[in-house]
Amino acid sequence: MITRGFQGRRSQSESKRLPPGQSLTRDFPVLSAGPTPHTPLDAWTFALQAEDGSKIASWRWEEFHALGPTEVTVDIHCVTRWSKFDTDWRGISVDRIFEAAGIEEPPSPFVTAFCDGGYTTNLPVEDLLEGKALIVWEYDGEPLGPEHGGPARLLVPHLYFWKSAKWVRGLRFMESDEPGFWEVNGYHNYGDPWREQRYDGD
Amino acid sequence: MKTIRFAVDNWPGHVPGQHADVRLEAEDGYRAERSYSIASPPEVSALELTVDRLDDGEVSPYLTGELQPDDTIALRGPIGGHFVWTAPERRRPLLLVGGGSGIVPLMCMLRHRRLSGSAVPASLLYSVRTREDVIYHEELTDLASNDPWFTLRITLTRDSAPGWSGAVGRVDLAKVRALLGDLGGIADSFVCGSHGFVEAASDLLMQAGQPAPAIRTERFGATGT
Repeated sequence: MITRGFQGRRSQSESKRLPPGQSLTRDFPVLSAGPTPHTPLDAWTFALQAEDGSKIASWRWEEFHALGPTEVTVDIHCVTRWSKFDTDWRGISVDRIFEAAGIEEPPSPFVTAFCDGGYTTNLPVEDLLEGKALIVWEYDGEPLGPEHGGPARLLVPHLYFWKSAKWVRGLRFMESDEPGFWEVNGYHNYGDPWREQRYDGD
Repeated sequence: MKTIRFAVDNWPGHVPGQHADVRLEAEDGYRAERSYSIASPPEVSALELTVDRLDDGEVSPYLTGELQPDDTIALRGPIGGHFVWTAPERRRPLLLVGGGSGIVPLMCMLRHRRLSGSAVPASLLYSVRTREDVIYHEELTDLASNDPWFTLRITLTRDSAPGWSGAVGRVDLAKVRALLGDLGGIADSFVCGSHGFVEAASDLLMQAGQPAPAIRTERFGATGT
């Protein structure tokens, strides 16, 4: 439907790096459903769990760092239509986490990422492997602030940024794909920005 | 700020707190979409969006400056299922904290509460820079004087206008405690505004004893346009 009298500012839309419907921002906006949790580092662990909640492996803060950090520079895309290019992160790849837990083959095809504050999001395991996802604690050379998900968040930059769960505390392997927090609240189950999978039904 | 009323075809209905996406399309197919909170309650048939004009924005200058009566635009929605409040499902008091144009979804909740005849006590703390920035002032004042179960607290952060009898200064612990005192006990809390405002206000609510799971937030502002 053509909108009478609308011209638009289209300078940014030329970039091939910008998914459809997104605008470039230099800020780092924040979107959260509730208050920001503040988890002390000595109470923090990162855990891999089986579907029944039993522990496969877990690491305390220092142990987790010792797994061998990597640094990545990636573009991120939020469903609220901002994108940010060349963001720098430091953390542990999910490949390395699985390796450290002795997992050669993931036991199930899906995971639920669980977080302080009760947030969850669901992902296919294959979207976390081969360098596609990390658990990060540094942004732009600084410790990740609580409002951006610190102490640590999931980073899955090829999906809309709500999948990069803030305040993440672990991954639970799931036999079937169980929709997470935003996924049951009208947002798309997978969230590919290049296919503009913003909402349920896209 | 401008409130725009749309006659909508095939609107599936919404619950207070949800938003709608406005989709504008230029003749060459270029599109721009933005989300706006819905101001009108589900009980009325027209759909109202209250739009804050951002001078460097792309969609809000069109909606507030160019759009004319009888124009047609594409809307999608409703969107969002967390920052929502529906009177029949909620028994706890309703606590609303809004900063600036963050009042819009909260106003929708208050209108719904009134039209649905809900007996749930409600209290609104509304922080704005100056008296001129208060949206829906008359409607809120009328509601406060006609409804003994609704308390309105407006605070001006930049200056107090002559004759202003309300509060001044930013939202602080004393203001939040007073707000909770209006209601007593745990409330369903909704906080909407800029990121900094929501961060501060939700922290204060927790300091005042509200459990985190009872607090729902919606942030906006720093999203570029």
